[in-house]
Amino acid sequence: MAEIVLDKVTKRYPDGALAVSEMDIEIADGEFVILVGPSGCGKSTALNMIAGLEDISSGELRIDGARANEKAPKDRDIAMVFQSYALYPHMSVRENMAFPLRLAKVDDATVRSKVEEAAAILDLTQHLDRKPSNLSGGQRQRVAMGRAIVRSPKAFLMDEPLSNLDAKLRGQMRTSVSKLQRQLGTTTVYVTHDQTEAMTLGDRVVVLRGGIVQQIGSPQFLYDHPANLFVAGFIGSPSMNFVPATLEDGSLKTPLGTITLTDRVRRLAEAADAPREVVAGIRPEHFEDAALMEESHRQGGSTFTATVDVLESMGAEKYAYFTVEEELATTAELEELAADAGATDVPGTGSAIVTRLSASSEAREGQPLDVWFDPDRIQLFDPANGTNLTYSG
Amino acid sequence: MAIGGAVTTGRKARWALVDVIVVVYALFPVLWIVSLSFKSKETLSDGNFIPREWTFQNYADIFATNEFIRPLINSLGISIIATLIAVILGMMAAYAIARLDFPGKKLLVGISLLIAMFPQISLVTPLFNIERELGLFDTWPGLILPYITFALPLAIYTLSAFFREIPWELEKAAKMDGATPGQAFRRVIAPLAAPGVFTTAILVFIFCWNDFLFAISLTSTEASRTVPAALSFFTGTSQFEDPTGTISAAAVVITIPIILFVLFFQRRIVAGLTSGAVKG
Ligand SMILES: Nc1ncnc2c1ncn2[C@@H]1O[C@H](COP(=O)(O)OP(=O)(O)OP(=O)(O)O)[C@@H](O)[C@H]1O
Ligand SMILES: [Mg+2]
Repeated sequence: MAEIVLDKVTKRYPDGALAVSEMDIEIADGEFVILVGPSGCGKSTALNMIAGLEDISSGELRIDGARANEKAPKDRDIAMVFQSYALYPHMSVRENMAFPLRLAKVDDATVRSKVEEAAAILDLTQHLDRKPSNLSGGQRQRVAMGRAIVRSPKAFLMDEPLSNLDAKLRGQMRTSVSKLQRQLGTTTVYVTHDQTEAMTLGDRVVVLRGGIVQQIGSPQFLYDHPANLFVAGFIGSPSMNFVPATLEDGSLKTPLGTITLTDRVRRLAEAADAPREVVAGIRPEHFEDAALMEESHRQGGSTFTATVDVLESMGAEKYAYFTVEEELATTAELEELAADAGATDVPGTGSAIVTRLSASSEAREGQPLDVWFDPDRIQLFDPANGTNLTYSG
Repeated sequence: MAIGGAVTTGRKARWALVDVIVVVYALFPVLWIVSLSFKSKETLSDGNFIPREWTFQNYADIFATNEFIRPLINSLGISIIATLIAVILGMMAAYAIARLDFPGKKLLVGISLLIAMFPQISLVTPLFNIERELGLFDTWPGLILPYITFALPLAIYTLSAFFREIPWELEKAAKMDGATPGQAFRRVIAPLAAPGVFTTAILVFIFCWNDFLFAISLTSTEASRTVPAALSFFTGTSQFEDPTGTISAAAVVITIPIILFVLFFQRRIVAGLTSGAVKG
């Protein structure tokens, strides 16, 4: 078990690409840290530098207080789980899991008992003598985990270990990874693309963009208090809605109507010296069908009326999409987020307001709907650099 | 169903016919030599495919003299040593080409390609003179060295294709599991490259075993003459006798090691050895 510290760690590839820039992270002993960010933001590079598979261009990596920049991977005592699993195809499951122990010259009896112990934890006992090519994806994934845990390393590094599994298996494996990590209490750095994994697995989440750390914090903290537009848009699914807005003595003119800001939001914006033109963000889950609100409750919020473009009923909730008259806010950050979400995301991302309503909502496609939201939940961002003007961390 | 069956039978018959033609075309000269090797001197030129009288005399003759046995030993020794060295060097070079980025990599590949393209006959005279100067003429190393040189491009090409197929991540995984680069190569990469190594070994061995040009030019005595060269020196019992029978017998005998070599290694060439390494 180990404490891992990245001190202004930078990676510049020989071709000049700056993959990671002055990354500062302190990972406590036993902590589970998640690295998230869009494709190509340097997550794998950062992980490989901790592993020793990539050289560090500048900065210092300390494992348990000792500088580790120049240590060979084998001397760092860190295990890694690869996205492709990277199992040795010519070895049986047992040999695969025993490989790190054999290299460490552990005696046969101990190897045997350790492998069997790990196999029992991962439910692989009956597959020990099979070859990886004969296993299912989930089983291969577990063998890869097994190979990492047998030698009780100081830390685990995992690079999108579940991304090759189908959705259901991914859910199951997510739970077992989390349980396993808690059971072993080993320091873990986990790279993922997946919202759910990022939100549920880690003690802390590190959001990366273009090789630069945007924010570090617990998943809930990042959700509640994003430091900037990018983090706000990246954390949460469906992502936060952004509209251009104008601040005018305590009220906010937006395409959703003019909103009276709450004292809290106004004070924060003033303290941050907010410009007149801002980007207002509000999460889909902070809207509600006004018809379902109690009158007293409704008074505390704002309401707007718009026509429902698309309605998606998910069973437990409904997603209603609205088009707003004016152009939606666009900044470099938002464009990058939209590009990363790709076509797989909800329809109309970036051109529509998404709201999450209770399942009991009577909303219908093509019909106007009164939508309520809480102005206290609004976050304001500086369009110039994306900083959260209402940050209260 | 019946129609479908008829179609497949028809197709099968056509394929069988094509196969037979190809096999007969390829094997006929070989079979003819086998047939010649079993004929006696009197019936040698009677034109019969199946010998009228079977005899092992030709085989007995070639094994009775040093004229064949000594070259056979030379051939085996020289080919095996050259193959071993070429494959080991080729493995290192191919690995470097497939995996590492180093200055001059393109140049290295280009030069090895150049060697493969060079007409060997143009090098025979210079080699002859060099080897005479160095005292390598008519020695085992005198043949092993040029064989390695000309086998290396072949070995590097075949092997680097195989190395490229091995997922990079396996090596990273081995490093993370605590292997030194040497251990990673020996315990993970080399076993996975085995089919490529055996394929290359077969090709290189056949190249060395069958070479005539260097063997005839760079040797002068039985100290290092290999079988292909020795065959051309075969004589009958008298100067006027035709050595066709003994040459045929010798040709049959020297084909056997190649067949054995291929059969032996073929079992190790298991296709798809790397399947299951990565997701799939
Ligand atoms: N070997 C390399 N040489 C040069 N540039 C590289 C190399 N590997 C990665 N890069 C660049 O470094 C940046 C970060 O790459 P990295 O693989 O760390 O991204 P990532 O966050 O893991 O992305 P993904 O989520 O797609 O896996 C990218 O812009 C990439 O183009
Ligand atoms: Mg990656």
